[in-house]
Amino acid sequence: MTTLNIPLPRRHDYLSAGSTIKSWLLTVDHKRIALLYLVSITLFFFVGGAAATLIRVELMTPRGDVVSAEAYNRLFTLHGAVMIFFFLIPSIPATLGNFLIPLMIGARDLAFPKLNLASWYFFMAGGILAVVAILKGGVDTGWTFYTPYSSTYSNSAVTWMACGALLAGFSSIFTGINFIATIHTMRAPGMSWFRLPLFVWAHYATSLIMVLGTPVVAITLLLMVVERTFRNTSMQIGIFDPAIGGDPVLFQHLFWFYSHPAVYIMILPSMGVVSEIISCFSRKPVFGYTFVAGSSLAIAVLGFLVWGHHMFVSGQSMYASMVFSVLSFLVAVPSAIKVFNWTATLYKGRVTFTTPLLYAIGFIGLFTIGGLTGLFLASLAIDVHVHDTYFVVAHFHYIMVGGAVMGYLGGLHFWWPKITGRMYPKTWGIFSAVLIFVGFNLTFFPQFIVGYLGMPRRYHAYSPEFQVLNVMSTAGASILGAGYLFPFTYLLWSLFRGPKVGANPWGAKGLEWQTESPPTTHNFDETPIVTEPAYNYDPEIEDDASGVVAGGRTSL
Amino acid sequence: MWDFPLFPKQGSSFASQVDAIYAALWLTSGFFMVLIATLLVVFAIRFHHSQKRDRKLAEHKTALLEAVLIGGPTLIALGIFFWAAAVFFHTQQAPDDAMEVYVVAKQWMWKVQHPGGQREINALHLPVGRAVKLTMTSQDVIHSFYVPAFRVKQDVLPGRYTTLWFQPTEVGEYHLFCAEYCGLEHSRMIGKIVVMSPSDYEAWLGPGGAGPLGEAGTLSSAGGQVFAHLACNNCHVADSALRAPRLQGLFGSQVKLASGQTVIADEGYIRESVLDPNAKIVAGYPSPSLMPTFKSQISEDQLIELIEYIKLLSAAGMVGDERQPPAPGVELTPAPTPANREESNQP
Repeated sequence: MTTLNIPLPRRHDYLSAGSTIKSWLLTVDHKRIALLYLVSITLFFFVGGAAATLIRVELMTPRGDVVSAEAYNRLFTLHGAVMIFFFLIPSIPATLGNFLIPLMIGARDLAFPKLNLASWYFFMAGGILAVVAILKGGVDTGWTFYTPYSSTYSNSAVTWMACGALLAGFSSIFTGINFIATIHTMRAPGMSWFRLPLFVWAHYATSLIMVLGTPVVAITLLLMVVERTFRNTSMQIGIFDPAIGGDPVLFQHLFWFYSHPAVYIMILPSMGVVSEIISCFSRKPVFGYTFVAGSSLAIAVLGFLVWGHHMFVSGQSMYASMVFSVLSFLVAVPSAIKVFNWTATLYKGRVTFTTPLLYAIGFIGLFTIGGLTGLFLASLAIDVHVHDTYFVVAHFHYIMVGGAVMGYLGGLHFWWPKITGRMYPKTWGIFSAVLIFVGFNLTFFPQFIVGYLGMPRRYHAYSPEFQVLNVMSTAGASILGAGYLFPFTYLLWSLFRGPKVGANPWGAKGLEWQTESPPTTHNFDETPIVTEPAYNYDPEIEDDASGVVAGGRTSL
Repeated sequence: MWDFPLFPKQGSSFASQVDAIYAALWLTSGFFMVLIATLLVVFAIRFHHSQKRDRKLAEHKTALLEAVLIGGPTLIALGIFFWAAAVFFHTQQAPDDAMEVYVVAKQWMWKVQHPGGQREINALHLPVGRAVKLTMTSQDVIHSFYVPAFRVKQDVLPGRYTTLWFQPTEVGEYHLFCAEYCGLEHSRMIGKIVVMSPSDYEAWLGPGGAGPLGEAGTLSSAGGQVFAHLACNNCHVADSALRAPRLQGLFGSQVKLASGQTVIADEGYIRESVLDPNAKIVAGYPSPSLMPTFKSQISEDQLIELIEYIKLLSAAGMVGDERQPPAPGVELTPAPTPANREESNQP
């Protein structure tokens, strides 16, 4: 292979490889597909966010006075289904994972570039079905689609939304297959398994869950749709509705067999992001690398054995509940290992405060609260009381928003100069990271209290003694909402006006920083050869990690 | 404004036990939250790049440290697991002397039936200090019976019975919420639990326990009418097990099935046997069963009445038929529609 020796600026980078709509819609470049996903999930994030806004406005007063009960039920279903199936599950894997995994392991692309593009089309087809469901008046089952309400009683666009989630599920299976094949077969020479960045390990574990878990929810939703489709005909098919011979709890077992591991699909990639950021901005290798890598796999495996903790009051056998309870306590251990090891990584490091680091530290704090309150829910006698209350709502928002979204934003800010070749304003970055952290806590911490006091979730109108805490929550949500608008605005601005950066503005290790920013279409001119472990930083060397180095380093 | 409760009222014997675990969890979690937050902030400031520090890494005993970091949380987690599981185990075992109340949930109301015949909607009156066992089912979707002050919750499922027990310890009125999303008026499927002093409760029950609701007749006597109306006595004859198993002495006993299994004849077993006679054939009887299904002929309310009648038969059978069940043969009058029956029941 001949390489041009003339240093042309922006030489055939992936962004300028084509500017027509066709060049984007038919691209097989993993980086361009990542951007297709980025734009799509951002749109869905704002759809889900708009629903959340209306929910919080309604809950400012105990009476159901802003929207009708019917509209409220459709809003929280819309919020949950869109945020989970169309934002959180694809968020990091399909954008940052898609963009970075080949770069991090020194490959030209993913193993199956066309499958990668197909995954985006499946995702969009699913998204369009979800939008159709919304336009047809929405869905009122909750994102969990519990039977027999969803399969027999609901008069809403359940089938459309379930089919949308089904197609989105296929896109995530495709992504998982692609990542597993790529990580197994396309690592550069010298990139052994234990030299892989922890971001890649986290995505490997995530992919296993996607491939093994998603088919189960696919068939479950399909069975629900089958029962629903024939419910008013002479050939009823009883699967979940006991009136026609089905079992409603069977649905919950099948649904949570996927949907509990799905929580780890959302959080594991964020954990990978945090490992990268913490290590870079403390200029130290991640403490206990093998433990952090192994804990990702442990979470993926144990995550498949705890689904019954969603069903402690469902009528499930008491002894089954005890087994699920103890396993749920054990799944907390690998998460605790990660938190301890990230914290230890900062010790004797060379710390630079940057926007990504603030998000990463915010992640650790919020994930710690989310994880520890998970132990409350794993405790049988406590869960009986707080199940289906706002305590659960607070807990999973700490994991999915405080954890997954903070990690996503941290990762976006960390790799934004790599993706776009431009830097965003640091002051605005730090300001909005702090704003989001404060707004988040004010929104969701009161919900732990109101949940323990007994306020059930999915209530359009509630008892007046819960109002003060709900007003606090709504006040926090308005800060949080504003906090999300800032990065959206300045990142867009930086696309056109941000100062240009070189290959490695943070002075980071990792193969993705050895290629240009933005990278060329095939990532590397020559296949890199890896000769050192991941995160080979030395905190004793004084260097600059502030990200303001225009031009940056071109080699390490 | 600053009267800011962190715990709901404690209205049952479980409440303080659950709150103790909850407080211990917050103390443990709070310790780790503060520890992690402090270390993050201290390390980040102390080792900020502007600070001149010794950054030379000592040879860490990583494996030992990791073992402590893994072992410590595991032991704490297991300790909490056992504590919470022990309390849970207790909440799942209703005492034998608990008074029984039946609950039928439907979109969007709670129907309560006391064995004495009293019926209530979205309310449950109970005496303080007595253990209560609820046997619950749903006529449509899944609901969940939740009383925050008692720290109890149990999903109420269509097609089967679930049970819940608790012992109210304080006189007062408490929230009853539906905790499982059940459709349009889910947030209005609420009611009140009224815990009364024993004397107030007796007064509420009415003279002779006939109920304040003007409706004479216990659940079991209504069940006797259902029994006759459905002609159950054609086969389930009092002194013969020829055509069908004897019902005297049945409830709570062990039943040997044709499959070789043994089951306990509880509410769920009777319910299933009425609706799906082939599900469990008693040993010695032909398969398929001679009994037709009564699925489309009997409501959830009538099933409960029938179960109470069979309980009465069983009790009668055990003490040598001293207590005669109400004479069968009375024509069952059409049940009042839920609306007028329930309105008349409002206290």
